[in-house]
Amino acid sequence: MSLFKRTPKPTANVTYISSAGEQREIAVPIGSSVMEGAVNNGVSGIVAECGGACMCATCHVYVDESWLDKLQPIAEDEEEMLNNTFCKRQPNSRLGCQVHLTEELDGLVVTTPEAQQ
Amino acid sequence: MPAGVVIAGAGQGGFQVAASLRSEGYDSAITLIGEEPGLPYQRPPLSKAFMAGKQEIEAARLRPEAFYRDQRIDLLMGERAVHIDHANRRVELASGGHVPYSHLVLATGARNRLLPLEREVCYLRTREEAIGLRERLEGAREILIIGGGFIGLEIAAVARSLGKRVLVVEAQGRLMARVVAPVLSEFYRDLHLSQGVEFVFGTAEREIAEYRADLVVAGIGVLPNVELAESCGLAVADGIVVDEYLRTANPDIYAIGDCASHPNRYAGGRTRIESVQNAVDQARSVAAGIVGRPHPYDAVPWFWTDQFHIKLQMVGLSQGCDRSVARGNPESEKFSVFYFRQNRLIAIDSINRPADHMVGRKLLAAGTRLTPEQARDLDLDLRELV
Repeated sequence: MSLFKRTPKPTANVTYISSAGEQREIAVPIGSSVMEGAVNNGVSGIVAECGGACMCATCHVYVDESWLDKLQPIAEDEEEMLNNTFCKRQPNSRLGCQVHLTEELDGLVVTTPEAQQ
Repeated sequence: MPAGVVIAGAGQGGFQVAASLRSEGYDSAITLIGEEPGLPYQRPPLSKAFMAGKQEIEAARLRPEAFYRDQRIDLLMGERAVHIDHANRRVELASGGHVPYSHLVLATGARNRLLPLEREVCYLRTREEAIGLRERLEGAREILIIGGGFIGLEIAAVARSLGKRVLVVEAQGRLMARVVAPVLSEFYRDLHLSQGVEFVFGTAEREIAEYRADLVVAGIGVLPNVELAESCGLAVADGIVVDEYLRTANPDIYAIGDCASHPNRYAGGRTRIESVQNAVDQARSVAAGIVGRPHPYDAVPWFWTDQFHIKLQMVGLSQGCDRSVARGNPESEKFSVFYFRQNRLIAIDSINRPADHMVGRKLLAAGTRLTPEQARDLDLDLRELV
């Protein structure tokens, strides 16, 4: 048996737009993060050096404004890390590792910054 | 076409060399050799989210299988490099074959130091060990943890959160003594005590057999895997000896990560660092060097540990400090310790103050002057100094 046996999970579609404007729509399993969806599908523009521990601020994304009120609120540690991202924080900035997909977030649109570090 | 890059070791560092080579535009073959079966994975979650049952093992995987196919990275998993044939520039494999290289990267990592005890002891480093330990943990009631370092304390926190009785025995007089200031050792002792973890300090190894437990776990440090390098005549001194470009005396052979003894300005000399940051940043330096854009490894070291609800973020190397001051009050569970050597800032450890940690990375990288008085002054916004 493989250690990585896959069980199909319901997904939410996420559109990742690069700073250059390239778009990719990816079906990300519910419960995984915006960061994992990117990393597992080769979306460049997200580094995620710490693997999702809210430690490195290299999975910075700008969330399309229309989705902001549907996201889980920003926790204290994410708040402080967001003030230290490589590209400037905007009102719609989030760390991709802290945004977990729910059914409600199906269709989410995020833009990656020019650089993460 | 050159023979390509062979990477011995498929941990965080080995994986990153392969990934960075492709993002740097490297076009020849890349072979990643890993001793453990299964796809390359990250170790930090094993003792944290995975052990706590908050994450499945597949979440630790670095990339899905398709990534390696798309990036033309040949994975030889469950395989081991046993010999380097310098003359013919090829690596011989345990299974009998060989792989030619134009560049070879040794990312062989480290292994757990073992205790010579006459009772069954569990260790945690590999995915397989983590899966086994998590199962054992579920069935156990009383857990003895040998070693009050990061691994031991992370496991203690998880076990206690699962309602187990937990005793930690530590040979030194305080927790995480090798890396943090006494004020932090005390903070962590109090944190664990408040959660019901028990401690015995100053325990000799021979006394350990006397403690009752239905599960014994040891986290007492690691030994670098240097045997492959050593057997081929490369210099070894607590790690494979490399220069600031991570090259061994043979310029086509590099060593990175836990197994590499490298010059490090933050250590003020040669050191060997066991961390994700070190492995990843050294991997990037090596990839850049291989594609002809060499830059010396000079990244600020950083580390983290999660225990109970507390996150400790460390930046710089605090060994050799002659003064440390706290910014914020430890009782608030929100403070940082700033370490100085000869009046120069050398490291910052932050408890629930990620902003101090992030600004600290910049201060340390730039060598910014900061006085202990400034460090202590909560009215001073450290970002103004960057």
